Amino acid sequence: MTLKIDHLSKRFVKGGQEQVNSLSDISFEVEDSEFICILGPSGCGKTTLLRIIAGLDSPSSGQVLMNGSVIDKPNPKLGMIFQDYSLFPWRTVNGNIAFGLEMQGTKKDRIQATTEKYLSLAGLSGFGNSYPNELSGGMRQRVAVIRALAVEPVVLLMDEPFGALDAQSRNKLQHDLIDIWEKTRKTILFVTHSVDEAVFLADRIVVLSSRPGHISEIVPVQQPRPRDRTSVEFAKIRRHVLELINQNIPVQ
Amino acid sequence: MNRSIFRPGSIPWRSALKFLLPVAIIIGWEVLAIILDNQFILPRLESVFAVLINPFSGELTFGSGSLVDNAIISLGRVIAGFLVAAVLAIPLGIGMGRSSIIHELFDSFLQLLRPIPPLAWVPLALAWFKIGLLSMVFIIGMGAFFPILLNTLDGVKGVKKTWIEAAEILGAKERQILSRVILPGAAPTIWTGLRVGFGIAWMCVVAAEMMPGTNSGLGYLIISSYNFGQVPVIIAGMVVIGLIGIGFDYLFKIVEQRSFAWRELER
Repeated sequence: MTLKIDHLSKRFVKGGQEQVNSLSDISFEVEDSEFICILGPSGCGKTTLLRIIAGLDSPSSGQVLMNGSVIDKPNPKLGMIFQDYSLFPWRTVNGNIAFGLEMQGTKKDRIQATTEKYLSLAGLSGFGNSYPNELSGGMRQRVAVIRALAVEPVVLLMDEPFGALDAQSRNKLQHDLIDIWEKTRKTILFVTHSVDEAVFLADRIVVLSSRPGHISEIVPVQQPRPRDRTSVEFAKIRRHVLELINQNIPVQ
Repeated sequence: MNRSIFRPGSIPWRSALKFLLPVAIIIGWEVLAIILDNQFILPRLESVFAVLINPFSGELTFGSGSLVDNAIISLGRVIAGFLVAAVLAIPLGIGMGRSSIIHELFDSFLQLLRPIPPLAWVPLALAWFKIGLLSMVFIIGMGAFFPILLNTLDGVKGVKKTWIEAAEILGAKERQILSRVILPGAAPTIWTGLRVGFGIAWMCVVAAEMMPGTNSGLGYLIISSYNFGQVPVIIAGMVVIGLIGIGFDYLFKIVEQRSFAWRELER
């Protein structure tokens, strides 16, 4: 699998003629099974970037190429997890996980086997018949992750998935995500505004700066996992990334 | 401790409260009926009860058919008009909610029709469909149509964008999005529309049955009893109309609570 983000730009027309540059000339390539974090302050267009990669929004110029073909509409090969729980509240956890497979016309017994497999992968066995609204925020987001995984995408796009969670659940889910990633070897693009989260998770951090959003640096993180947030190396990378972000904040 | 039972807000006091007014009205009615002593203005309670406890009897209604027979006929008409309205309003509401072209096309026309009360259609209904089931179905349908349409529209517009996007990413086609996301997502609001629409349809049938030439139904029973000077039958008919209305509303609510509990829990 190769995923190539090729000179992407996005302009919004605001009011009559005034154009707002949201993203400017974003290019990078993602390797197979890589964990990429897209990090930037709010308003840098990181969510827009992810939505374009998902095929939900279209770029003003440039393109997203997956194995050489252009992504211009949603594609089950590119799974997405939204920040607000996009689970279907009228479906049980099982029903949510089964959704994508039902759309493909998969046979019932296969759906059931897949559902059970992913429930146990996410540590949610026994919750299959619960409704999303009966679950905690952290559990809902786990369901969203395995719902996306159930259709076996090649790439997982995650838009600040843990942003609405408390620190403790967030921490736990970060560990669990690494765990799932190591088991399934998906390629992950993970949008966040938390430096700590990015350094903890990523193989490489794409640091965006704002207005218009452009890549200020791609920072590789070579620490072995599981990473120790209190280690000197962790702090060093963290400081470097923070400096990158701070130098781009305009003085008011 | 004991005093708290009688404090406003504690359970026994509050549940007694809702019976207070009906009981007072019944007592006041009976007292007033005895004082007036004129059964053409206000009959005694007993005479109304005498009609109500014999719902299958045609004798007490002077040949206008029993309460039950007329209620069944009215219900049949309501269901026919209601179903026609639902079959037209739900697809149109979904179409208008999903497509701005369809919305533009129908919106101004429907806005113009909406303020016209269903009963204002009576003369035209008679001219177009003559006296009979068809014109009643038309009037009832007119009454039920708008609440169903507007709630369907509201429900479809209220379907979260991320639900649709999540479905697209999971590989749903346009038709599947409609049947697996839009419809279940909008279902609770559509159901509310059906409940309100049924209530209005029920009001309309009684009025429609008062049209000249009708010879059955609860509306007819009330009007013909008026002509015979049978006030107890009029009141008994009104009570039956009220009870059936409450009964159906209750059924709709039960289904709502059972099937759409997820909306209650939605933050």
